[in-house]
Amino acid sequence: MNFRKYLKVYKKFLHTSLASELEYKTNILVDLITAILSLVGSIFLLSIFFQNNGYIGGWKFEQALIIQAIYTILNGITNTWFNPNLTEIVKHIREGTLDFVLLKPIDSQFFISLKKINPSGFLEIMLGFLLLFFCIKINQINLNLSFLTLSLITISCSICILYSLWFFISTTTIWFVKTWNAIEVLRSFLYIGRFPLNSFSFSLRIFFSVFIPIAFITTIPSEVFLGLSVLWKILLEVIVATVFLINSRKFWLFALKFYSSASS
Amino acid sequence: MISNLINRKIFTLLKVQYSNMLEYRVEIALWAISGIIPFFMLNIWTNNNLNESINISDVMLSRYFLCAFFVRQFSVVWVVFSFEEDSLMGKVSPYLIQPLNPFFRYFAQHLAEQITRFPFALIIAFFFFIFNPESIWIPNLGILLLSIVSTFLSFLIQFLIQSIVACLCFWTEKASSIERLLFIPTLFLSGLLAPVVSFPAYVKSWIYLTPFPYLIDFPANLLSGNETNIRGGLIMQILWIFLLFPLFKKIWFEGTKKYTAMGS
Repeated sequence: MNFRKYLKVYKKFLHTSLASELEYKTNILVDLITAILSLVGSIFLLSIFFQNNGYIGGWKFEQALIIQAIYTILNGITNTWFNPNLTEIVKHIREGTLDFVLLKPIDSQFFISLKKINPSGFLEIMLGFLLLFFCIKINQINLNLSFLTLSLITISCSICILYSLWFFISTTTIWFVKTWNAIEVLRSFLYIGRFPLNSFSFSLRIFFSVFIPIAFITTIPSEVFLGLSVLWKILLEVIVATVFLINSRKFWLFALKFYSSASS
Repeated sequence: MISNLINRKIFTLLKVQYSNMLEYRVEIALWAISGIIPFFMLNIWTNNNLNESINISDVMLSRYFLCAFFVRQFSVVWVVFSFEEDSLMGKVSPYLIQPLNPFFRYFAQHLAEQITRFPFALIIAFFFFIFNPESIWIPNLGILLLSIVSTFLSFLIQFLIQSIVACLCFWTEKASSIERLLFIPTLFLSGLLAPVVSFPAYVKSWIYLTPFPYLIDFPANLLSGNETNIRGGLIMQILWIFLLFPLFKKIWFEGTKKYTAMGS
């Protein structure tokens, strides 16, 4: 693949979508307030859980905050890239404009996954990092190189898994046409990523690590931050992430065979 | 004569919308599934014995969250998203000419969707009882009727609030981001994720003056047989409706004057 060409195309994508999104400036402000309120709300919820208990699922309040921080960062990434692009697939398929994407001399998955960007998600990512730094301070985590690389690896794996989940669901649009609500189901499942996996019952834990690996997304990176993580868990996350990424690619190419335009 | 006409209009609208909704059964089933967050919350509460500190037994808490799920299912409102799309596409113009407030159309849409959703919600409740057989109960008829009324009132409050937000479309075009902002307090304060009884005292002191606890917490407590002030709750619900309705009428009146047809 021609890396430089794709980089150049991506720059153009950034430029056009930023320009169009910045037209709605008040919108960005409203989104910022939404992101702050939503973080305050979930910390409030967490504080209710902890008001009479020191530990939940073996996690202290300060430690559980790390999960919130990572969730907020990942949610920001979802809102910046995945949500605006992958909901667009539904529109492409309903209106038949996917034809134009497929005709372009560029990889269709690349085009469809990165075309748009929603700048208000950046604010959420920053908010998440602020909370993360605060957590690093109150949990007295010392930063060293191995810790940084491990956390970087696990968080990038989480991003890959998250992307694949979104992409899987959006790809099914080729058969079902309307999948807005399937995305809502995914969203509501992702919501449990705000809490430590150990706070759920055994059956739910199995469900969320085997069938829908939401458990991997926030809990393992948080464990890395606390120095609790064992090597096999990290390796497992890397494997799950690669499997998911490769399959999302294969699934897209497979689904395209069934694409039969619209109208005309 | 006039009431007869209104009856016929409402009946026709409902019939049309119901057959429209039946086309998207799978969509609505998925949407029903996306509302299962209360069950995840229940899992956290009971799995960590958090309910001991607020003096609610496991059984009562599971009933509470099941009822919260039901109340949420039948009070979901999305009028702002429909109205925003219609207003951006210029579809509002033909509606405005008709001798019928377009919000009746959306209202019928919501009611029809609730009727379609009912069997799916029952199926989910059935599965819930399979996993939690000890929480089966039969509320007496009076309570059942009262809670249906209060769920409907909760739906009305949310419908009015969202319609007011939707009318902002006449000024800003992207009113849905304001709705997303308003959704955050609704999510955290309505009792969907944690019963209002469990909130810390500094929140409880003012929360009963806001509409939020009457959206889910009050009807769910009523239906599940948890302690609640029935008369006070119903009065507050009605009070909020009387407060919001003139506001909606005012903003609708101002908005239609401001409206400049888009598209076509």
